[in-house]
Amino acid sequence: MRQGKPVHFDQLWDIVVVGGGNAALCAAITAAEAGAKVLILESAPKTYRGGNSRHTRNFRCMHQGPLSVLTGSYGEDEYFDDLLRVTKGKTDEPMARMAIRQSEECLPWMEAHGVRFQPSLSGTLSLSRTNAFFLGGGKALVNAYYNTAADLGVAVAYDAEVTHVHIEGDTFTHVDVRIGGQMQQIQGRAIVLASGGFQSDLEWLTRAWGPAAANFLIRGTPYNRGVVLRDMLDQGAESVGDPTQCHAVAIDGRAPKFDGGIVTRLDCVPFSIVVNRDGDRFYDEGEDVWPKRYAIWGRLVAAQPDQVGYAIIDAKSIDLFMPSVFPPIKADTIEDLGAQMGLDGAKLAQTVGAFNSACQPGTFHPTELDGVATDGVTPAKTNWARPINQPPYYGYQLRPGVTFTYLGLKISDRAQVHTERGPLVNVFAAGEIMAGSILGQGYLAGFGMTIGTVFGRIAGAEAAKYVN
Amino acid sequence: MSTDLIAEARRQTEICNACRYCEGFCSVFPALTRQKAFADGDISHLANLCHNCRGCYYSCQYTEPHEFALNFPAALAEVRQDSWERLAWPQPLARRFHDSGVALGVVAAATFALVFALLQMMKPTSGEGFYAYFSHNAMVALFAPAFLLPLAAVAISLRRYWAETGGTRLRWRNVVGGFRAAANMKNLNGGQGQGCNFEDEDRYTDTRRWLHQAVMYGFLLCFASTSSGTILHYLFDMQAPYSFFSLPKLLGVPGGILLTIGTVGLAWFKTKADPKLGAQRVWGGEMGFIVLLGATGFTGLALYAATGTALVPVMLAVHLGFVLAFFLLLPYSKMVHGFYRLSALMIEDQKQGISK
Repeated sequence: MRQGKPVHFDQLWDIVVVGGGNAALCAAITAAEAGAKVLILESAPKTYRGGNSRHTRNFRCMHQGPLSVLTGSYGEDEYFDDLLRVTKGKTDEPMARMAIRQSEECLPWMEAHGVRFQPSLSGTLSLSRTNAFFLGGGKALVNAYYNTAADLGVAVAYDAEVTHVHIEGDTFTHVDVRIGGQMQQIQGRAIVLASGGFQSDLEWLTRAWGPAAANFLIRGTPYNRGVVLRDMLDQGAESVGDPTQCHAVAIDGRAPKFDGGIVTRLDCVPFSIVVNRDGDRFYDEGEDVWPKRYAIWGRLVAAQPDQVGYAIIDAKSIDLFMPSVFPPIKADTIEDLGAQMGLDGAKLAQTVGAFNSACQPGTFHPTELDGVATDGVTPAKTNWARPINQPPYYGYQLRPGVTFTYLGLKISDRAQVHTERGPLVNVFAAGEIMAGSILGQGYLAGFGMTIGTVFGRIAGAEAAKYVN
Repeated sequence: MSTDLIAEARRQTEICNACRYCEGFCSVFPALTRQKAFADGDISHLANLCHNCRGCYYSCQYTEPHEFALNFPAALAEVRQDSWERLAWPQPLARRFHDSGVALGVVAAATFALVFALLQMMKPTSGEGFYAYFSHNAMVALFAPAFLLPLAAVAISLRRYWAETGGTRLRWRNVVGGFRAAANMKNLNGGQGQGCNFEDEDRYTDTRRWLHQAVMYGFLLCFASTSSGTILHYLFDMQAPYSFFSLPKLLGVPGGILLTIGTVGLAWFKTKADPKLGAQRVWGGEMGFIVLLGATGFTGLALYAATGTALVPVMLAVHLGFVLAFFLLLPYSKMVHGFYRLSALMIEDQKQGISK
């Protein structure tokens, strides 16, 4: 990659940005355009820069009429209703509406700063009105922003983990940071905290959620360890969001422990039966269409013994969902399939048999709630309940995959970080580290990038205003 | 068929198919979403459809050090290279020039230049221009087979390729579709005209596409120049040398200039791009091919510039030497990519028609 002049970090920066993902970059670019001298401290090495943004794929955007790749219109109220539905009301309405309203002007801003959009991906047509997809995905967005930032003279330190933010009274003075193994102090006139949640600190996750969390897979970056979040909370910053909760979805159990990203998702559940380690079903697999149910399955699987589930389908259903990254386990009999997956084959056959005999006739329709349900089996399957009787049979192991944590810093509408004593005058936060106030529960596809972009730009502008 | 290369490309294709973030870059990604399982021929097809713009690599969240270790442009480049060598005819010539184009290209050109020098000893007693040094009949006797035999060899390879990748009988609209995609080099434009991630890493530039267009159209102009000369000679009894305001010159001079500029640019870009995103084994062979192609254009211009001087016989031998080497090596060098690409684009047009 491009080698600039070696940067001497040991100087007084106007603005220090902690983190290197979407929110951090939006803040850095906005501040640099306002004339500030900006340093980004990214804890990951260059190849893994960008935090969880590198795994994202789209941006949920309000718009009055067709905008860039977005079709139709998507108004503030509809957007807010969608948010209310997933959060079950756990949101800060004024702040959520601010993010929604500003999303519309963000999209052209993103394009002007190098981001390219593409039409909705195949298999995601339902999102073509609400979500603008990045050409090449989130890593391409991150690359574009790093290039834009470099052109604006923003300095970047990789492998730079901030361990402590020094606050005197209500004012930030400097950070302790380990750059390439070397401890340093870096001074700044303002700071933007955009370093994500704590989901990759498994110890913290286990303390918060319980011992079962040790078996969770982390879908995103291993570098979101919540060091700065913890440090700020320890110094009296006010928190938002449930400290015990994380957003988890059911993913392929063979996924890597970290960074598996989008490809580890499994969309087969609605056409399957899902059993636990003991070969028993535990929830209605056909409760609703998958985009509305995948998020609860993380929790459902997390509640099972050993935090593992097994989705079983037959030859009729194998082509009804997006391809999986790992091939399914395949067998000609249910017994053999169970044995290959480490289950009691006979018990699995018994569960499948009971399910099959409870299946009722009906017209199967894979893309809508077809009402093809079971009768006389518990739990019932209320849609797409077709008997599993056509070999070969296929099995997928499911595990909870953590996307993000909800605990964050409380901020003002100017993105200033709050303490019990009032706002810190030159400390701003953006992105996942403050998202808990808007996204108190659940998740809305593409909304993380909206929060990051909107509040990244606010934080950058406010920090620049403070130093100018 | 190299099972390892195909297996590795298949592994990566399956990961891409579960991700699909790169759908908007080129024809490869929409093509792979048509299937869940990929036969060897499907992988060959994707490989020859890929123009190595590298947009997908720099966008990929799964490149090394990630354990998925995706390097899709390289995986497809390896399969593509393997398909050209594996399907080449005759087989003993299949690999050598791909592996080491520099040495063999230079040796071939030098040998032919020498042959020409010898031929000049049999200098004709009459004739104007070039024909004062080398009779028209001798030139035709040498170049007609040197042009037609390699084309026949390529035709044999393409027949095999067509069968392997499941191409069907060509329809007019497939031909139009294929030529259109090649004519504007659609698959090198990054999907939105921003171009490749080639010489400047993750920054897009469209310069490589322009340079490639200069080479392609420069080559076609030179080819048209020679063809027009042939037509003038046989149909209109108008013989060389031609004046500047004649078809062969009006086509050939701009063609030679474009070919020279384009190849110099592409060779320079090749030194700046990351070799790990291509088929590394043949880097030297590819570079040798660029030099050979550029030399045919440049020596042609030099020959024209030397008109009327004592340098003509030498320049004629050098130029014809390069041209002859170029044609003879055509089925066994990077040049063959043009034929496979065009075939892949036409076959893709067919496959899209079926899935619609």
